[in-house]
Amino acid sequence: MASPESAVNGPTMTAGAASKSLRNAFGGVIAFIILVLIGVLAFSIRLFSVIKYESVIHEFDPYFNYRVTQFLSKNGIYDFWNWFDDRTWYPLGRVIGGTVYPGLTLTAGTIWKVVNSLNIPLSVETVCVFTAPIFSAFASWAAYLLTKEVKGPGAGLTAAALLAMVPSYISRSVAGSYDNEAVAIFALVFTFYLYIKTLNTGSLFYATLNALAYFYMVCSWGGYTFIINLIPMHVLLCIVTGRYSSRLYIAYAPLVVLGTLLASLVPVVGFNAVLTSEHFASFLVFIIIHVVALAYYIKGILSPKMFKVAVTLVVSAGLAVCCAVIAILIAVVASSPTKGWSGRSLTLLDPTYASKYIPIIASVSEHQPPTWPSYFMDINVLAFLVPAGIIACFMPLTDSSSFVILYIVTSVYFSGVMVRLMLVLAPAACILSGIALSEAFNVLTRSIKFQLPGIAGNPSIAVRMWCIMSTSKENGSSTVVAPNDIPKTEEAAKEKPAKKNRKKEKENVEKKPTPSKTEKRLLVLPLEASVIAVLLLVLLGAFYVVHCVWAAAEAYSAPSIVLTSHSNDGGLHVFDDFREAYSWLSHNTDVDDKVASWWDYGYQTTAMANRTVLVDNNTWNNTHIATVGTAMSSPEKQAWEIFHSLDVKYVLVVFGGVVGYPSDDINKFLWMVRIGGGVFPHIKEPDYLRDGQYRIDAQATPTMLNCLMYKLSYFRFVETDGKGFDRVRRTEIGKKHFKLTHFEEVFTTHHWMVRIYKLKPQRNRIRGKTKKSKSSRSVSSKRDVRGKRNPWH
Amino acid sequence: MGLGLGVMRTIEFLLLIIAILSAPVLSDLILSKVERRIDLTSQIARIASTIKAENDGSSSVSEILLSIPEVQAKNLAYLTAKLVEGKGKAKTSGVALAVEPANPKGMPPALSFYTMILPKPLANGDSVTLDVLAAFTHSLRPFPEKITQADIQLVVFQDTAHYLSPYPVKVQSLTLKLPDARIESYTKLENTKGLGSEIKYGPYENLPPFSYSPVAIHFEANQAFAVARELVREIEISHWGNVQVTEHYDIVHGGAMSKGEFSRLDYQSKPQIRGASAFKHLVAKLPPRAHSIYYRDAIGNISTSHVRGDSKKTEILIEPRYPLFGGWKTAFTIGYGLPLQDFVFESEGKRFLNFSFGSPMHDLVTDSITLKVVLPEGSKYLSVSTPFVVQQEEEIKMSHLDIFGRPVVVLKKANVVPEHNQFFQVYYQFNALAMLMEPFMLITGIFFLFVTCIIYVHVDLSISKSSASYLAKLQWDDVRATVQQIQNTVNQCLSTHEKLEASLRDLSRTGDVQACKAARKATDGLLKELSKELKPLISFLQSSPPAAHILPKVEELVAKERELQERLMAKHSTIVDSYEKKLGGRETENRVASVQQKIVALRQDIEDLMEYIDEI
Repeated sequence: MASPESAVNGPTMTAGAASKSLRNAFGGVIAFIILVLIGVLAFSIRLFSVIKYESVIHEFDPYFNYRVTQFLSKNGIYDFWNWFDDRTWYPLGRVIGGTVYPGLTLTAGTIWKVVNSLNIPLSVETVCVFTAPIFSAFASWAAYLLTKEVKGPGAGLTAAALLAMVPSYISRSVAGSYDNEAVAIFALVFTFYLYIKTLNTGSLFYATLNALAYFYMVCSWGGYTFIINLIPMHVLLCIVTGRYSSRLYIAYAPLVVLGTLLASLVPVVGFNAVLTSEHFASFLVFIIIHVVALAYYIKGILSPKMFKVAVTLVVSAGLAVCCAVIAILIAVVASSPTKGWSGRSLTLLDPTYASKYIPIIASVSEHQPPTWPSYFMDINVLAFLVPAGIIACFMPLTDSSSFVILYIVTSVYFSGVMVRLMLVLAPAACILSGIALSEAFNVLTRSIKFQLPGIAGNPSIAVRMWCIMSTSKENGSSTVVAPNDIPKTEEAAKEKPAKKNRKKEKENVEKKPTPSKTEKRLLVLPLEASVIAVLLLVLLGAFYVVHCVWAAAEAYSAPSIVLTSHSNDGGLHVFDDFREAYSWLSHNTDVDDKVASWWDYGYQTTAMANRTVLVDNNTWNNTHIATVGTAMSSPEKQAWEIFHSLDVKYVLVVFGGVVGYPSDDINKFLWMVRIGGGVFPHIKEPDYLRDGQYRIDAQATPTMLNCLMYKLSYFRFVETDGKGFDRVRRTEIGKKHFKLTHFEEVFTTHHWMVRIYKLKPQRNRIRGKTKKSKSSRSVSSKRDVRGKRNPWH
Repeated sequence: MGLGLGVMRTIEFLLLIIAILSAPVLSDLILSKVERRIDLTSQIARIASTIKAENDGSSSVSEILLSIPEVQAKNLAYLTAKLVEGKGKAKTSGVALAVEPANPKGMPPALSFYTMILPKPLANGDSVTLDVLAAFTHSLRPFPEKITQADIQLVVFQDTAHYLSPYPVKVQSLTLKLPDARIESYTKLENTKGLGSEIKYGPYENLPPFSYSPVAIHFEANQAFAVARELVREIEISHWGNVQVTEHYDIVHGGAMSKGEFSRLDYQSKPQIRGASAFKHLVAKLPPRAHSIYYRDAIGNISTSHVRGDSKKTEILIEPRYPLFGGWKTAFTIGYGLPLQDFVFESEGKRFLNFSFGSPMHDLVTDSITLKVVLPEGSKYLSVSTPFVVQQEEEIKMSHLDIFGRPVVVLKKANVVPEHNQFFQVYYQFNALAMLMEPFMLITGIFFLFVTCIIYVHVDLSISKSSASYLAKLQWDDVRATVQQIQNTVNQCLSTHEKLEASLRDLSRTGDVQACKAARKATDGLLKELSKELKPLISFLQSSPPAAHILPKVEELVAKERELQERLMAKHSTIVDSYEKKLGGRETENRVASVQQKIVALRQDIEDLMEYIDEI
């Protein structure tokens, strides 16, 4: 009876051995091809915006980066460092070279230069548009490397594939979204990889590379503080849990020394690298790790008795040093008004900080806390896989897996504070989900492999199955169940008895087997359960892919300067009003004219229309923004005076009332009032609200109906349909017929989305009419009072 | 108002007239009949004159002079003359005459002269009929010069009612064709008739040379005054089958300047009234089979354009981002690809491009055109032939993967009108093999990349051959190779075991005990040999220090394998034995059972060990 079974076994065994050797021989090649394909996927899934719309820079900040890149490619690196931009923040200007994170710009500029030196005539714009997709391919490769260091190549490939199409990252890196985050996520993941690599190998070479990668990250994004806080936290964790090793020292100490030196080379960071609180954690841990290293060293050379004496010595010395450092820290921190933290960092630590003190930070939608749907939207099924991944990381817990756990925990917190930081969470979620999926597949496919119908008759396998099941029954199934398959356990448990019975009937020849002596834990699940679980996991992955493609194609590809809508008959209607207005400004106004608009449109105006603006998206000067906000919320005459004092010639407002474009200036208006009121107290928010409600209909307050923003938005609006029905606010406007006395309409785009007004020249003084001059004098005396509030008088 | 304007605007002309009247008569030529038709329906003033000249003198005349006042001459864009042959209805315009600027002596300074050289001199009493076509740009002056959005655009055109010529004219007449709209005013002389949109002066008879009678016509003109201040056309030839044309336009509305507000509301509700002077779109007529057409500007694609094509032409309607009012400017780029065989031909060993010169836009005045013909890399012996005089340069353009650069023929001309849309030719020599250069470069580049990779993988690049880590790595490589060998050998053993089992199976089927025993003997020998092979490998592992941590596992593997061998042999012999003794199946199984269990467990162990070693 036994012999036929082994006969079946023979060929399969040899075939198995052959396939194994094949797998080993070509494993590297296959992994490489898969990685290349993942890179292609990451690049191509981000091209929806180019295919559906056009190859164009998106949104707001990318326009600034694009303009900087243009400057860099035209004038060279030295002019770039010294660039004082006089086309923005008029009349203050802005030192671009010293206030911008140059990583992205330098990267794209270098690509452009290399490509053009090879005589491939790509424009700067093309390079800028495709920088983000290229770097997201790099980022997924970096995720592969990082996960490979943590849990092996299988998990690495899964994580890379997940990261290649995670919607959260896609939202910031579609073709055209030329923003810092596009390269920063790559830099972030790569820095973490090099840190883990150094930690695993203890190689000084990788430690140096790590410092360089950190330098690149500092160049690229303000989010580098996340690295310089997370790595010390991990080092501290390792030390506390008794995992100190020389590898840890090599991974950390060079990073702090070299990294800080390199970081201070970046003009925008400079001495902040040693002066601000964001960096202090790293220095503190740097001291601690030296103390610990010294302790271990002394422990090594001294006898245990001597060591005890030394411990007292070292601990007291260490405490003294720590106290001194802490004292210095407190002194430095106490001397600065924000306690040494920048506003955005404080917002991270105290989520209510911005809404209390800095309305500019709070007014940006991406600085708001996210909602639950946005988690589902941005990381989709990863949210469910992450817990499984965390569990997988605990078995066994290594230095590298503890780092990944720390990474996910902190990034979950940060993403909960600011929706923008969902981007930091995405790689962590992908890595952990990759680990979870890979482990799950590992267990399930192994289970299937051992129980395939062809092999089911194999006595050795059958016996082993038997052993496991019996041992599992005896031992309480703790060793059998794969830890990352918790949802499947019940199913598996149900399957077991049935399986067992069948096996018994089938192989009644077998005697009661002796329990297996193998020490290795065999994670085998019943065949049916495994097959179903594999199918479910594949289905889950399929859902994820479908969602990602949908998100890439529909949700995140719109460039936001071009809007489209589908008409009822399926035709596509394009709203290209922003570019219409910018194009008009650039061709039909004088090159030195100043254009006032809310700060959202500052970058676009300088980049697309090449006109000087008062404020832009780099919100470095709150007072200046408040001045514009005040002007927008003042009555016409006062607004004219403020604008005139700033040499403004044109005022640009965005108005969505005709076509129903919701993010227009009227909807942003309360922030203008708040920010303006924060600096100029005569602007009071309650004046613009009726019973705490913001409205522009007949119930609106007179202050609201007479402010400049209202008038510029709704000038002659009533004549479009006779009623003045605002499609965004879904109401008829309050004040319908009015004339402008100090402004004249010079341009309105096709769908009325952008309206440009020109300041009328100052009236000639009319003499003789005493009555009028008196009243005007009274106005002017009033104006004097107000003039004190206006810093430009 | 229009008349007042006429007086004011012609002060310069008065001076001119005084100068003209004192000039001498040139030759004995008499213009027996002059008919002029001025077409003012577009922004280009086109003056078509039919001149019948008669030689009244004794000597033969070989050239005829045309005179144009300098104020107009600076706007002269195009001037041709053709000889008319035949008479009456059968008139056909024949050979084009050479027209050259001339500077005859003793002529009034305020006039520009052009000579038409006749193909054969005109003898005494002979006559010749000529068709002269002149096109003037910027000669319709907006008046008033600034209008609001709601105003209509009025323009003034000035000319002379009498044909200004250095020769006496017997009979002449002038017809002005105006657009189908309001005529504000026009100078009324004797014999002036206004018929709808046409104004007729004449006929006038027997006027002396340099007769001059200024007229001014003030009329409504709302058609597009599209002026390209600068146009750069780049025509790039690829012998892979494409002619790529890229045209950069810098457009301005050349009519009356817009002043005051622009109200979108007014423009949208009553575009005919509140935006009469604006133009919304331009129409370009591209050659047939134009493909990959794009229309964009510095900040991206412009979505408002329509293309329709048939076999004769491709028509593209271009809407700028915003309607252009007087004085408003815009800039954009259009580009399209054309099939190579339609435009590049080969003759006498030379290739030539045959392409039209001007812009494909309807009724567009181009102030300055730069035409760049980019020939493929490796083209030689360039020459250009144009139907009119243009400024010529050559430069080099570096484009996709070029090494030497592509030769570029640059043609420049100012003041271009649609009449200039004539074909010009660029001749060059090009070897078709040069096409393959760039693909070859790429192939070579990638080939060398791979070669470098191969070399990098196979060459030992470590600097210090004696360093500890290097030696350790070498040793480790040896260990790995040995372990691999051991694994192979063990695998061979395992497959030998299979043979043993197979022989047992044969036994149960055929009952041939002898064959079975022989098989056992054979496998036994084989296994002995294999274990002999294993010995030196194990001893090597034992001697090499890096293998220390893997050695116990390997030794365990070998030991287990040996045990398995023994058990199998035992099982084999037991079964054969019991077969010989003709024991029952049940009994045999009972005897074998314990061994069988052991075998199964051992197999499992070996498999696990193999896997473990594999992972190292």
